[in-house]
Amino acid sequence: MGALLQVKNAGIQFGGLRAVSGFNMELNQGELVGLIGPNGAGKTTSFNLLTGVYVPTEGDILFNGKRLNGLAPYQVTRNGISRTFQNIRLFSELSVLDNVKVAYHSLAKHSILSSIFRLPSHFSEERVMEEKSLEFLKIFQLDTYKDEKAKNLPYGQQRRLEIARALAAGPKLLLLDEPAAGMNPQETNELMELIAFIRKQFDLTILLIEHDMALVMGICERIYVLDHGQLIAAGSPEEIRNHPKVIEAYLGEEVPSDHA
Amino acid sequence: MKKVTKFWLFLILATVVYGIGQALIQTGILNAFYSNMLILMMINIILAVSLHLVIGITGQFSIGHAGFLAVGAYVSAIITMKFELPFVLAIVIGGIVAALAGLLVGIPTLRLRGDYLAIATLGFGEIIRIVFLNIEYVGGAAGMMVNNMTTWTSAFVCLVITILVISNFTNSRHGRACIAIRENEIAADAMGINTTFYKVAAFAIGSFFAGIAGGLFSHNFYIIQPTNFGFLKSFDILIFVVLGGLGSLSGSVIAAILLTIISTYLQQYPETRMIIYSVVLVVVMIYRPQGLMGTREITDFFGKKKNAKGGI
Repeated sequence: MGALLQVKNAGIQFGGLRAVSGFNMELNQGELVGLIGPNGAGKTTSFNLLTGVYVPTEGDILFNGKRLNGLAPYQVTRNGISRTFQNIRLFSELSVLDNVKVAYHSLAKHSILSSIFRLPSHFSEERVMEEKSLEFLKIFQLDTYKDEKAKNLPYGQQRRLEIARALAAGPKLLLLDEPAAGMNPQETNELMELIAFIRKQFDLTILLIEHDMALVMGICERIYVLDHGQLIAAGSPEEIRNHPKVIEAYLGEEVPSDHA
Repeated sequence: MKKVTKFWLFLILATVVYGIGQALIQTGILNAFYSNMLILMMINIILAVSLHLVIGITGQFSIGHAGFLAVGAYVSAIITMKFELPFVLAIVIGGIVAALAGLLVGIPTLRLRGDYLAIATLGFGEIIRIVFLNIEYVGGAAGMMVNNMTTWTSAFVCLVITILVISNFTNSRHGRACIAIRENEIAADAMGINTTFYKVAAFAIGSFFAGIAGGLFSHNFYIIQPTNFGFLKSFDILIFVVLGGLGSLSGSVIAAILLTIISTYLQQYPETRMIIYSVVLVVVMIYRPQGLMGTREITDFFGKKKNAKGGI
């Protein structure tokens, strides 16, 4: 069985700046993998490469054996990769329910004309969208807020909604960009439970960027470490914790001394 | 069920308004001046609602809408005056050609965002006007003679169709996709929405109805000239949408009604007309910066369900 996602030597250059280069990664079905690195290491850039926001200037990205290079973001999403953003990007003037419905958009097929003339396909598909979206909100315990505008939700709930929305697009691979950013320890714990839960419930593969080491070390099975656009280490949380290059990247170079 | 009753309520209301208007005109209570104002009002509402779809719903700041009005006006005038085909056909073809012009303009310009898009559409609007200015076939700068065919009935029917189509579009997965683009284009893209397709589609639908309004407009006076479709006309339409509240269909309708009445009455004071009109706009923007209706719809005040979308 081949890997779900294969990134081969991918990289991107902005003018003279090589933001990411020689990026290799393999994700197997059902894994929960972390991507860490100091600020400016190229983590979000590599997410943008995976989701089609940037077109890689070198290398290949294969998902389910299909080449994703050069596909627009909406096509990547339809192929089964969905994401959340580092700075929350909800549709803030839309209701919570409608935010999830938007993600269902590409699963419905009725045309613009069908909606304008209110043909039966419009009604039946809109009803299905409504039911499915409500189900999702229930799973995420957001159904009490369904008519609230997304911008009026508390911060933690906005994060939840963003994850719910990403899942409603029906992904096989979910990319979470710093899901715990700005959360207190209790919210982070709830988030960890939520991630474990959705992974089981939706049979997902998850790749997450995170700075919160407790979260990363706690739930990730494997970890990739980026620094200066280069992959410097990959392995289990144990291996990463003791990897000299990782320690160097985070804490600076070790001064030769006689410590144990 | 609720949506269905809403639809019938709208139709009944429309019929009543139509009946009152028709009765007032038939019995002569409203003279030619006022009945003409009513027709102009209908045309302005169609323009406002069509631009509302582009700016208020999809969030694409286009200020060349008068260009598509011009296309509809000239094409429909050519069809009735040069080919002597029926008025209804002329209006429909005017709309279709305007929609095609919208596609042609929209595909390259909608890659731009914000200020850049505004400037590009402004430029295209002017190009369309200059093209008509230089075509001898439609009279050039002297303009084109057109028979008076627009009636209260034809204007009102076009208005009802416009509102129904645009509100049906808005309250569907397609409209939600457009609002998602307005709210956050990057996130909409990441949710699987083909943003280019929806921006161009909304632009083309908006242009189609601007073209319909053009057909009514050209057959309402005896002459059309390129100067009728300058960028000031585009700004007039823009003002309806902004004053009504960006994202509110009923807001743009109300703003179009009010501003048409105000500017018609002010014709009695030609020296101070533009000053008073401008003062009204400034005052509204100071006290209601979100527009008359904000993003709400008039139906929100009746039902208990609050909706952030553009209903009827």
